Amino acid sequence: MQSKKILNEGGDAVDEMLDGILAAHPQHLARADGSARAIVARNGPRPGKVGLVIGGGSGHEPTFVGFVGRGLADAAAIGNVFASPPPDPVLACTQAANGGAGVLYMYGNYAGDVMNFDMAAEMAAMDDIEVRTVRTTDDVASAPRGRRETRRGVAGNFFIFKAAGAACDRMLSLDEVERIARKANDRTFTMGVALAPCSLPQTRRPNFDIGGDEMEIGMGIHGEPGIARGPLKPANAIVDEMLDAILAEMAAAQGDRVAVLVNGLGSTPLMELYIMNRRVRQRLDAAGLAVHATWVGNWCTSLEMAGASVTCMHLDEELTTMLDHPCDCAMFRAG
Amino acid sequence: MATDAAAIRAMFGTIATDVEANKDELCRLDGVIGDADHGIAMSLGFAAARDAAAALPDDAEPTAILNAAAKAFLNAVGASCGPLYATALMRAGAAVKGKTTLEDADVVAMVAAMAAGIRDRGKAELGNKTMYDAWAPAAQAATDAAAAGLAQAMQAAEDAARKGAEATKDMVASKGRAERLGERARGHVDPGAASAVVVIEAMRRALA
Repeated sequence: MQSKKILNEGGDAVDEMLDGILAAHPQHLARADGSARAIVARNGPRPGKVGLVIGGGSGHEPTFVGFVGRGLADAAAIGNVFASPPPDPVLACTQAANGGAGVLYMYGNYAGDVMNFDMAAEMAAMDDIEVRTVRTTDDVASAPRGRRETRRGVAGNFFIFKAAGAACDRMLSLDEVERIARKANDRTFTMGVALAPCSLPQTRRPNFDIGGDEMEIGMGIHGEPGIARGPLKPANAIVDEMLDAILAEMAAAQGDRVAVLVNGLGSTPLMELYIMNRRVRQRLDAAGLAVHATWVGNWCTSLEMAGASVTCMHLDEELTTMLDHPCDCAMFRAG
Repeated sequence: MATDAAAIRAMFGTIATDVEANKDELCRLDGVIGDADHGIAMSLGFAAARDAAAALPDDAEPTAILNAAAKAFLNAVGASCGPLYATALMRAGAAVKGKTTLEDADVVAMVAAMAAGIRDRGKAELGNKTMYDAWAPAAQAATDAAAAGLAQAMQAAEDAARKGAEATKDMVASKGRAERLGERARGHVDPGAASAVVVIEAMRRALA
């Protein structure tokens, strides 16, 4: 049976969503010249500032387009559902975000995104725009610690993009922005769990099978299978499994500060996310870590997938400053 | 039998039709080890390639048709198959540059160039459980059988692609999204290799 969705034509979903977003947020967002899938911050790009271009497949809203705005990303290239954007909208974003100080690309580390953004970077180089790239790799479940560079980027994008966007907004150099972006990525750790699949607008069929009483630890935000499937456990046990993995990697000292993101994948209610956050706080308190800030909500979704992830960013003074720096985006405000 | 620009155009029509017919099966395969969108991306890409090829003036040369198809595929899709097939088609165009009609050996060179383009763009090696595991043996088989004529060469390519795709069942992925699956990917055909068989078979039917 096909899933029920509020759609016109499935193939028009992304463009119609963007029309609706632009209609809702005209003070924040506009389309870049010549590309329907390149969305630019109205008050973001300016001379002398490093431009931050993010992007990826649709279906993760408010990631990526919702994080375009002054103080965060200057532009987002929008792909089809769960598919990297092609090079053309990335290039249009690059040109719109370019203030003469270079442009940083940031996106989750997926094979398609890497190829398309790299092709765009080659095209930008021909326009004499210096492009650097920092790929996010926060999903601890997606590869062993020794192969961090092969991990995928998931909800931790929220913190990592935020830190880099703040560095850009503070008019730091491309070298400095890149350094801070890499540090933010190195110190951000996410682990997720999925309970039920989502379905793509064009197929309206579940993108994976899972038993009615099962959960999958470590599942990716496109439904890529995770590290283990087993019976659904109570919230505290799920969070404990996530925090065990995150804390082991973070190797924080007593008294260190962290930022927390409890993220819903689409159809898991806030009630359950806050129940998870209760346990997250208990665990961090027990580990002697101070929580500087917490966000609970749907920040990096996977259409209507059921499930959640927990992200911790291990803060230092510099990252705290970047996290607290104001930003004003269509779907996220801080400071 | 020489292959002219009209045949190249018709080839994109055949590929688009065949990929569309296999769309749901390709999505199903991808759902097992990926994100279930491979059939959609391939279908969108080759429909765009077909339309771009058809929109060119009648006197366009094969290289221009292949390049237009490459660009259209890329911009319709993105994803990972966008850069891979766009590069394959641009390399095919480069392999037959300056020719208005293609001899049998040119068509075989085109297939070999496509496989090389996919390898270079994806940085894939044999055994990585990717579409290259179908394209590489197909290109090799076509090259080896080229002297026997185009029909035999393309049939050899199709057979080798099918065998190569089947062999991905026993592989553990080390590229692309399925890489994170480890041993759990074993036992499943790589969707990119499966769609490569559809494309190569369509090329055989259209050209040979």
